Amino acid sequence: MIDVNSPDFWPKLLEVMLEGTWETIYMTAIAMAITFVVGLPLGIVLVGTEQGRFLEAPAGQRWLGTAINRVLGFVVNLGRSVPFIVLMIALIPVTRWLLGSFIGTGPAIVPLTLVAIPFFVRVVEIAVREVDPGLFEAADSLGASRWLLVKRVLLPQAWPAILLGTATTITSIINFSAMVGVVGGGGLGNVALTYGMQRYSVLHIVFVVIILFVLVQAIQWLLTLAAKRFGAVPTRRGGKKAMTDAQAHLDADVPSTRSTTVPQSPH
Amino acid sequence: MISIEHVSRRFGDGPDAVVALDDVSIEVPRGSIFGVVGQSGAGKSTLLRTVNALERPDSGRVVVDGVDVTALEGKALLKERHRIGMVFQHFNLVGNRSVVQNVEFALEAVGTPKAQRRSKALEMLDFVGLAHRADDRPGQLSGGQRQRVGIARALASKPDVLLSDEATSALDPETTRSILELIQRLSRELGLTVLLITHEMEVVKRICDAAALMETGRVIEQGSLDELIRTPGSRVAAELFPVGEAHYIPGHRIVDITYRGLSADRPIIAQLTREFGLDVSILGAALETLNGQQAGRTRLAVPGDASVSFKVIDRLTAQGVTAWEVHA
Ligand SMILES: Nc1ncnc2c1ncn2[C@@H]1O[C@H](COP(=O)(O)OP(=O)(O)OP(=O)(O)O)[C@@H](O)[C@H]1O
Ligand SMILES: [Mg+2]
Repeated sequence: MIDVNSPDFWPKLLEVMLEGTWETIYMTAIAMAITFVVGLPLGIVLVGTEQGRFLEAPAGQRWLGTAINRVLGFVVNLGRSVPFIVLMIALIPVTRWLLGSFIGTGPAIVPLTLVAIPFFVRVVEIAVREVDPGLFEAADSLGASRWLLVKRVLLPQAWPAILLGTATTITSIINFSAMVGVVGGGGLGNVALTYGMQRYSVLHIVFVVIILFVLVQAIQWLLTLAAKRFGAVPTRRGGKKAMTDAQAHLDADVPSTRSTTVPQSPH
Repeated sequence: MISIEHVSRRFGDGPDAVVALDDVSIEVPRGSIFGVVGQSGAGKSTLLRTVNALERPDSGRVVVDGVDVTALEGKALLKERHRIGMVFQHFNLVGNRSVVQNVEFALEAVGTPKAQRRSKALEMLDFVGLAHRADDRPGQLSGGQRQRVGIARALASKPDVLLSDEATSALDPETTRSILELIQRLSRELGLTVLLITHEMEVVKRICDAAALMETGRVIEQGSLDELIRTPGSRVAAELFPVGEAHYIPGHRIVDITYRGLSADRPIIAQLTREFGLDVSILGAALETLNGQQAGRTRLAVPGDASVSFKVIDRLTAQGVTAWEVHA
């Protein structure tokens, strides 16, 4: 039991919270960065290699497009259907082999990234599907290379939805990072566990909840603003409506992912 | 310039296969404006898309300026597409990029060095009268203005051919007229060959030199507007000059005449009355300015039997007017 009246209670609490917050931000940031770099191209390729889309025949080979699409689709679906706890445990040997240990903030990034990538691929997939097929046709009619098509047409159009989806992805990484804390991964989840549960400090729990809430809100706000900045000039077709549509898609998608992989309360 | 040779294309197989194109051949001379008309589902878009190989025919080939487009792959195909511009019914502009960036994209696709892209794009925008909106997003423009941007983008690579898929169908009549004028001006000033598809006869009337009518994947009629007008029973001519359904009138034969240019001004009917002593009456008439020239169709009721109408038709034909009997 912790003594709230002891003189070093508040400084100690502040120190613990700062450290936990920093660890959470650190884990989430690195996991998100890797997720973004890996998931963005995967999502684009996953949609693009569908029949009749812009990458259906990479290097002129239709079978290659189909093969890439099947393999990617399978891997992503597999990744999405494994519960996080199971993934985390299954990854212990891999993480140990990769980083020499499976306990701590650094190693926690491995399962976090692996759970976030399929989720983010889905985000990108939805965003890319929302892009008006007429734009691909126009780009083709102009004799644009695939790379140019992605860079100048697909990404600018999909960007607002991707930004919104990134906010959702970060939120779920933070969620998962709290669970990682339970198995010794550090971060605010670990704070809640060690102080809140094992030493019955309600104050610690309250602070953890508040900090997590503020973090998630700040990220949502920031990325929504960025998305609006980029794509919210109201147009007669698309524009704001396309953005709210994309958000609705994501919102509809999130609960299913959460309920299959994250238990409601962290224990 | 564009020759479409025996092109066929079907979608799907088995009993629910759709034959979108059935042995279609069309020849578009350099510098001319050719219109393809037809009902929804006739195969117009599919036909147009074979010209820049967005669609591959099952058989037949499309030759553009001596190059067999149907045989091209990879880089060579991209290169060929730089020579063929295309505009769309819904403009297909990238909404999250500025107007000038949309045009710059076309130049980047061609490989224009970065330093020159912006000035060239602005030049194109100036050409279509929109340089002052360069930094706006397409969403801030009106439909007509967006189509002008679409045209500027299509022509940024200085192509020889412009394909237009219902470019004016989403626009009001006034805007349609200004876009058509722009296309005509481009065709004249740049020597552009234009292949356009439309369901509006108005478009054919205003700017086309020649036209084809498509129905369920087949070309029913084609030719220069002059030829079509001179073809007895031409459906394109009938749509260009609507005089309605022919109704049976007891004791009369119904004769349609079409004419172009000078003959429109001649007192043909008065002459007929004088020469044959016939009481010819006019059932309907449509006069239009076709591509800047007067042309029209008149429906006459000629009293008497087939031998009389035959004589009348003979006389009119000798005067350089196309005339034929319409059976109600
Ligand atoms: N990719 C496709 N897959 C299957 N069927 C197609 C495809 N493209 C066109 N078709 C079919 O081919 C026929 C011709 O279509 P097309 O789009 O060329 O007609 P259209 O004359 O342009 O019609 P509209 O005036 O409505 O644009 C239609 O029956 C259409 O359903
Ligand atoms: Mg069409």
